[in-house]
Parts: sequence; structure tokens; C-alpha cells
Amino acid sequence: MPDADHRIYLLAGAALFAIGFYSLLAQAHLLRRIMSLNVMGGGVFLVFIALAARTPGVIPDPVPQAMVLTGIVVSVCATGLALALADRVQAATGSVELEDDEEAGDRPVPRPDPSADRKDTHSA
Amino acid sequence: MTGRGLLLLGILLSSFVTGLAIFFLKEERHRLRTWLNLLGAAVKLVLVAVLLQGIYQGRTGSISVEFLPGIPFALGADANSVLFVTLSSVLWFCTTLYAVGYLEDSPHRSRFFGFFSLCVTATTGIALSANLVTFLTFYELLTVATYPLIVHRGTTEALRGGRVYLAYTLAGGAILLLAVVWLHSLAGPVVFEERGILQPLIASHRTELQAIFLLFVIGLGVKAAIVPLHGWLPKAMVAPAPVSSLLHAVAVVKAGAFGIVRIVYDVYGAQTAATLGVLQPLAIAAAVTIVYGSLRALSQDELKKRLAYSTVSQVSYVVLGAAIVGPVATIGGLAHLVHQGVMKITLFFCAGNYAETLGTHRVSEMNGVGRRMPWTTAAFTVAALGMIGVPPLAGYVTKWYLQKGAIQAGDQWVALVLGASSLLNAAYFLPILYRAWFNPPPERWPAEHRFGRWETHWMLLLPPLATAALVVWAGVFAESPFSPLAWVKLIAAREYAP
Amino acid sequence: MTAAWAIASLILLPLAASALAFAFPRRGRWLALATALTTGVAVVHLTRHVITAGVQVHRAGGWGAPLGIDLRADGLGVLMLLVTSLIGLAVSLYAQSYFTAHEPDRPRETGGSGRESDPSAGEKSRSRLASAAANRPGREAEALHRERYFWPLFLFLWTALNALFLSSDVFNLYVTLELVGFAAVVLVALAGTRAAVTAAMRYLFVSFSASLFYLLGVALVYGQSATMDLPSLAATSRPGPTLFVALALMTVGLIAKAALFPLHFWLPPAHANAPAPVSALLSALVVKGSFYILLRLWFEAFPALLTPAVAQLFGLLGAAAILWGSLNALFQTRLKLLIAYSTVAQLGYLFLLFPLAAAREGGFAAWSGGLIFLGAHACAKTAMFLTAGNILHAAGHDRIEDLDGMTHVLPVSVFALGLSGMSLIGLPPSSGFAGKWLLLGAAIAQGQWWWVAVILVGSLLAAAYVVRLLAHAFTRVGEPGMPNPIPPVMEGTALALALLAVAMGFASHWLAELVRVGAPVAGAMLGGGATP
Repeated sequence: MPDADHRIYLLAGAALFAIGFYSLLAQAHLLRRIMSLNVMGGGVFLVFIALAARTPGVIPDPVPQAMVLTGIVVSVCATGLALALADRVQAATGSVELEDDEEAGDRPVPRPDPSADRKDTHSA
Repeated sequence: MTGRGLLLLGILLSSFVTGLAIFFLKEERHRLRTWLNLLGAAVKLVLVAVLLQGIYQGRTGSISVEFLPGIPFALGADANSVLFVTLSSVLWFCTTLYAVGYLEDSPHRSRFFGFFSLCVTATTGIALSANLVTFLTFYELLTVATYPLIVHRGTTEALRGGRVYLAYTLAGGAILLLAVVWLHSLAGPVVFEERGILQPLIASHRTELQAIFLLFVIGLGVKAAIVPLHGWLPKAMVAPAPVSSLLHAVAVVKAGAFGIVRIVYDVYGAQTAATLGVLQPLAIAAAVTIVYGSLRALSQDELKKRLAYSTVSQVSYVVLGAAIVGPVATIGGLAHLVHQGVMKITLFFCAGNYAETLGTHRVSEMNGVGRRMPWTTAAFTVAALGMIGVPPLAGYVTKWYLQKGAIQAGDQWVALVLGASSLLNAAYFLPILYRAWFNPPPERWPAEHRFGRWETHWMLLLPPLATAALVVWAGVFAESPFSPLAWVKLIAAREYAP
Repeated sequence: MTAAWAIASLILLPLAASALAFAFPRRGRWLALATALTTGVAVVHLTRHVITAGVQVHRAGGWGAPLGIDLRADGLGVLMLLVTSLIGLAVSLYAQSYFTAHEPDRPRETGGSGRESDPSAGEKSRSRLASAAANRPGREAEALHRERYFWPLFLFLWTALNALFLSSDVFNLYVTLELVGFAAVVLVALAGTRAAVTAAMRYLFVSFSASLFYLLGVALVYGQSATMDLPSLAATSRPGPTLFVALALMTVGLIAKAALFPLHFWLPPAHANAPAPVSALLSALVVKGSFYILLRLWFEAFPALLTPAVAQLFGLLGAAAILWGSLNALFQTRLKLLIAYSTVAQLGYLFLLFPLAAAREGGFAAWSGGLIFLGAHACAKTAMFLTAGNILHAAGHDRIEDLDGMTHVLPVSVFALGLSGMSLIGLPPSSGFAGKWLLLGAAIAQGQWWWVAVILVGSLLAAAYVVRLLAHAFTRVGEPGMPNPIPPVMEGTALALALLAVAMGFASHWLAELVRVGAPVAGAMLGGGATP
């Protein structure tokens, strides 16, 4: 494999990270922000994998790959958590964007009923 | 830790344990609370007497526990400590009795007396501190313990007074902390020792020591009510009379003055301070305070406010005594620590009596109170005359020594200031006495309460009589070996001995 | 107990307890207490080992660095573990009664947040009360449901914190940091209110993205040095642009997680809307975890990169945090928000440790001072939040203006507030004072006078908001309303912690000696005197 390859992936990873971060800040929709986080994560993982291949001509370094695996697991858990929480936020506020208000009040949130049909499958 | 060290701990704990116990008492247990209070005060007096005897015979003791890295938390007793702790213990006993009588039918007495005892504990700790950090600790604890007393009544005015008090004292505490930390970074752990420990540093750190001294005076001057840091004191008069008595005569203001005494004699040392040239400015600040306080007192109609400004003025006698080099001035200043305490507390007790029994708060309302409350007014008269400096009362002794010491040290202008102060004292006390004795009483008093056969409740009457007697004794028997003056001479001898 | 066993049990015991608590919800309370006691024993043993034998290392599975996971305990780590154990014990005790005693859905009698302005307020509140009474079984079920998930999450958080403080390489720190973050986010959402859920979502966004910043930094570090083990990094790393970028990325992420100004915006809503024991855990421990990692990175792994400019920048942000947090705290109307902003301010003090400990003279004084301050804050802040929980339960609200006359009906709570306030302000003899003393001493010895001013001003500002809070306790009230009774264990725990915060000043010399073990900063203590 040519030597320049791993550096391209490094740059791509960094770019993905930056794009994801920008999107996290700029988007308002909860699901999009969660996806931005995933993109950021993807960027970081790409950097790791590129680092694994930094020495040309030998088999890739397994340590960064192990870290990526761990990272993926963490990322999946975080995404699951984020999705569940986003669902709750929508149930509480009726909106798919985070409100800015600090004094949102202390009214309790009804627990979402998993069997109910939800109409929020649009414009995700 | 020695047996004598345990004695020190016992003196401290006698009021601390009392305070804690009282906090847990239910509001209705009046008798138990009163007994606990008096018992604690009595125990303390006894222990202090034992200490007094020991120090007189040259035996010291100490007790310490590790606190900050390299700096222990230490209690110790030297002649200075004993002076202050005896004063506070005796006066605490009187004030406790008075407070019990004064606050009858008041709400939240358990809370009050709990913090009252903590306040005295802090004062005792200040007296018995063996090093600067321990002193600082109790000094700040005093601030914390007195706040609930000032705001006890819970009115808007009381809360405002409390806020002002904390603003001043906490700011002063911050400056004091700066001074202490700075000094420690220069000199290591600072222990109180006669003649001070900073002699070796004069050559290398002259300006720093001067700056630190200034910070000390500012930090301590807030509590000692040195102008212009005195603003909190008149506002704190909103507290009940026992609290005012405590603040002015026993605890807070005295703590500030005592602190300055400690700094000048036992941290810097009189000679070192003189060499650094910091004593002259201190004397000037004290003189300004003396005159300013008296002038403001003239224009106050509210009795307690007048007494408050009088305190501002009189406490600076102590500072003045510390600021003039020479054993005679030292004697004068330190003796005034005691004398002013007993005189001022008498005055405040009487003021409280007038307010409680007759509802009079203002000088203009005090016409003819001498007819109605002769004993109280007699005590008031004795104390007032003492303040003015009439022989052979306590105040006269102090002023005599201060004058002599000032002239010996070459500060003739101080003698002028003292003279002016006496005149001003006369100007704001004599009219009160005249009104009380020679003016006819009004038809009806603003809010009269009858207390049975005596002119007022016996618990309100006895303390001022007792302290007035002390005023007389301290003056008349000043030259005998059993007076505060004799003890102060001992201190001066140890400070200035070659 | 050997050090290896102690280290292992510190991680395995809470983890096992968490799993058991999830499987057997009704045993949750008991499991937490048992964990608190057993891990407490383990921590004490570990402390003993560290003091007598120095830094302890346990190679998990016998592998060793760089592929294996090393668990390391030195003075700093043990201090954090001690603090965690203490706070964990307190929270375990407190939460025994908290959930069933607490009725979060109590309708407010006086108009609430002002959103609903209706003329028939009286009728509405009456009908609300009626429906509330009817819903009581429902609310109790809610409370039990909340408690059911609290215990496993709390124990899991505890595991993650212990693992974080024992980790010895930057990647393991990432994993444990993430675990701490997850547990914390869910605990915040546990309150179930709209504000809590929103705050939790925001917290999750901040936390996850910050972790990714950190992870990217880890990648760059590995790319540069081919190792992630902290001691190895200390030995072999050479400063260069890659490392600087890596460290910058990691720092940005960690600062966001530690809520240092200006990335602190997520903290007040999260800490204020969480249930009281959760708020305590967050303020006392979770944010400290990120700070701890920052210390490890800048002082241990890459000290060459800690230039004076960088150190002063940290200090500047810390000073801004102190000022911003204190001023905001002063103007809050809700008690828990006040306490949360106070956390923002107090965290600023911790960051003053950077410019003061990085200097040559008096460095160790600042190091130990900052860490003592950290422990002091953990105790005092926990006591405050637990007390706030008590007040919330007793009064049904936490509006400061309406807490008049508190001292008459809740004297123990007011006392606890007063004592913890003393530690926050830094009045002697509290441990807050001890920390402040050491920091001040270091600043003066190094001539960094501006930090002296910052520390002193910060104390006065803290005094301002504490006094503002306490003044309400003393106001005269005509007829104090009858509060709900508070279970004594709740008040007792808060008071005990507050007392500890004040009394721990006397342990400061011991704590300083403890953190000297394996400390990256050397030097004598203040008070050596400069007499030539």
C-alpha cells in the first residue's frame, strides 16, 4: 500500500470530526445532533485506524484497532442512551429541539407508552 | 500537653459545652437554661482564677494539636491572655445574669443563649491563642457567632445591621488573613512571644513588614472600630442590650483591640515596631478616632448610639497606649482594656434598664430618671464619671498613665488629645447626668413596666451595681496588688525587661 | 488485605452490587450500604499501603503496559478514592429515605412558575390538591420506580469513579470517563421532570462530544508516542506541535466536562434539576473526575508543555469562573440553582492550582492546597445539596425568598447550611480555609499577587451569597407553616458532612503528606521561612 494513504485517512478523519462538531452546534433537531455525534465518532475512529497503518509494509498495529472496537461499543451505548433520552424530551416538551429555558418547570413527564403509535417519524 | 494545658482546654470548653447543651434545650425549659448558663459562667470563673494564680507564679501551660502543615493549633497562656480572659469571664458572668432577666418573655432564647455562649468561647479562644493562626481562627469564629445575636430580633432593621456587620468584619477578616499569610511566608510559624519574633527580619524585609503591619491594623481595626472602619458599630446597636454590652465591653471590640496589642507586643515587639516607624501612624489613627468618636457622640440623641460612639473613642485609648513606646504608656493602654470594659458594660446595662423599665431610648426622654430608678442611675453616674476621668475612679488611673507615658516618650501632642477627649466626654456625659438627677420627671414614661418592690427586675439591677463597684475598686485600689493595674504592670515589666 | 486486593475490590465490589441492585431492586438500599462499608474498608487499607510503601501498581490480568490495563494508586488517587468513599457513604445513607419521603409532584401553593395566570387560582389549586391526593398511590409508585433505578445507577457511577481514579493510561481514562458521564446523565434524568430531562439531554451532548475531543487527543498522543501509559509518557514524550494539539484537544474536552468557565453552561440546570443526592454526587465527584484527569495530563504526563503562559491561562479561566459563578449565585431565586452556581465558582479555585503549582517555589504547597480544597468542596457541597433536598421536602419548594423563618422550623438544616457555608467561604478552621491558606501562601511566595486578590475577592463573594441565603433563616415570621417531617437520617447525614467539612481543617497536615506520595510537584511547605 502506498505510503501516502494513511495520511489521507488521517485528514479525512479530522475533517469528519470537524464537520460533525459543526453540525452538532448548528443543528437544532435532536436526531440530527445525535447523528452529528456519530459522525464525530466516526472521524475519531478513522484517525485511529489510519494510525494503525502508519508504518508501511508491515501488518497494521493492533492497539489502535482495539481502541476503536472499544470506542465503537461506547459509541453505540451512548447513541442508544441519547435516543432514549431524546424520546423522553419529545414526550416532555412536545418538541424535537432542546428548549433554552432554564425554568422549564417541575411538571412531571409521563412515561412513554411503548405500544402507542407515534407520529414523529417525519422529517427526522 | 500538660495538666495546665488541660486547664486551658477546660476554660475554653466550659462555655462551648454550655452553648451546645443550650442549643438542644427546648424553649420552655427556662430554669434549666438559666442554671446551665450560670453554671458554665461560674465554672469558667473558677478555672480562670486557678490559671491566674499559676501565671502569677510564673507557671505557663500549653496545649496544641496539628492543624495546617507545619503550624499547630495551640492554646497557651501568658500575662496578656490572662488579663483578657479574666475580664471576659467576669463580665460574661454579669452579662449572663443580665441577659436572662432582659430576655424574659422573649422568643428563641435557646438559640440566643447558645450563640451567646459560643461568642464567649470564641473570645476566650482569642485570649488563649498561642500563635497567630489560632488567633485568626477564633477571631473569625467570633464573627460567625455574633451574627445571629445581632439579627436575633429578625426585623428588617436587625437584618440590615447584621449585613453591615458582616460586610465590615468579613472584609476585615480577609485583610487580616492576607497579613497573616504574608507574615508566615516571610517568617515561618508565628508564635506569640514577649517582645516579638520579627527582630531578625528588619534588615532584609523592612518595607514588607511595614506593609504587613498596615494590613494588620486595618484587619483588626474593623473590630476595634478605628476610624474609618467603625461604621458597623452604630448600626449594630439594633441588637438587644445584652448583646450590645457583650459586643462593646467584652467581646468584639475588645478582641480587635486585644489583637492590636498582641501584634505590637507579641508579634512585632515594641522595640521592633518602633524601629520600623509604624507606631507613629498608629498613634495618629488612634488619636483621630478618639476625637472623632467623641465628637459624633455629642450629636446622638439615642442613648445606645451615643454610647456606641463613646466606645469607638474609648477603645482607641488601648490602641494609643500600644502605639506609644515605653512601659508607662503600655500600662495605661492595657489597663484601659479592663477599665473601659467595666465602665462601658455598666453604661450599657443601665441603658438597657431604662429601655426595659421605662421605655426610654433617648437622652431627651431621660429627664428625672434618677428619681424613678436611683440605683441604676447611681451606677450610670459612677461609670460616666469614670469615663470622663474623674479621680479616683478607674478611668482616671488610665488617663494618668497614658499622659505620663506620652510625655515620657516625647509625644506631647498626645497629652493634648487626651485632655480634649476628657472634655468631650464630659460634654456628652454630664448633660445626661444633669437631666437624670436634676430635671423633673415627665408625667408618664413612654412604656413603663413595674417589677415589684425594686426599681427594676433584680437580674437587671444587680449586674450594673456589681460592675459599677468594680469601676470604683479598679480606681481606688489601683495601687494595691489586687487590682487590674497591678497585673498590667506585671505585663509591662515582662515586655520591657532587658 | 493486600494492595492488589484492595484495588480490585474497589472496582469489582460496586460493580457487582450494581448488577445485583438491578436484578433485585428491593435490595437496593441494603446493597448500597454494604458497598459503602466494604469499599470504605478497602480504601483505608489502600491508603495504609500507599503511605507506608509508596505508589501501588496492579497489573490487571498480569499483562502490564502497553497492552494490559495497569491500575495505579498514589497519593492523589487515594485522596480522590477517599473522597469518593466518603461522599458515597453519605449519599447511601441519605437516599435510604429520600425517595419515599420526597414528593416531587407536590403542587405549589403559590402560583408556581407563573406560567398559568388564571383568575380562578384558588379553585384551581384546590382541585389540584384534590387530584394530587387522589394520585397519591400513583405518585408513590413513581417514587419507587425512581428509586428502583437510582441504586444500580448510583453504584455503577461509583464503580466508574473508582476505576477512573485508579487508571494509569489515557485510554482507560477515556473509557471510565465515558462511563461516569453516562451514569451521571441518566441520574440527572431520573428526576423525571421536564427541566431535568432537558438538562440531561444537554448534558449528554456536552459530555459525549467532549469525550470525543478527548479521544481524538488520545489518538494523536498514541500516534506520536506509541504508548498510552502515563508513566511511560512522562518518561519518553518530547514537546512538539502534535503533542500540543493533542493536549489542547483533550483539555478542551475535559474543561467542558469539568464545567470550567466558559464551558460551564450545562451545569446549573443539570445540578439544580436533579434529585438532591444526585446533585451532590455530580457537584462533589463527577466534575472532579475530569479535573483529576487534567492534573494527571498536565503535571504528570506532559509537564514540559505546561508553560507559564498555559498555566496563567488556566488561572485566568479559573478566576473568571470564580467571579462569574459567585455573581450569578448572588442573584438566584432558587436554592438549588444558587448552590449549582456556587459549584461553578468553587471549581474556579481548583484551576488556580495550575499557575501556582507549576512554579518552582511553593509548588507543592499549592498542589496540596488545591487538593485539600477539592476535598473540602466535595464535603461542603454535598452537605449543601442534601440540606437543599431536606428543605425542598419540608417546605415543598426551594424559593429562597419564601424561606423566611427557616431557623425556627428547620434548625438542624440551617445549621448544616451555615457550617458548609463556612467551608465554602473558607473560614477557619474548616478544610476550605486550609486549602485557601496553602494556595495563598504559594501565591505570595511566588509573587503572583493577582491570584491573591482573586482568592480573597472570591471568598468575600462566597460570603455574600451564603449570608444572603442564611439571612432568610433569621427573619421574624408570624406563623411559621408546618413543614413536612424530614426523616432524621436525612438531616443527620447533611449535618455530619457539614461538621466534617469544618473539622477537616485539622486533618490538613495529614492530607498534605498523603498527596506527597508520588506527587509530580516537589517542594517544601509554606512556613519554611525566608530568613537568610
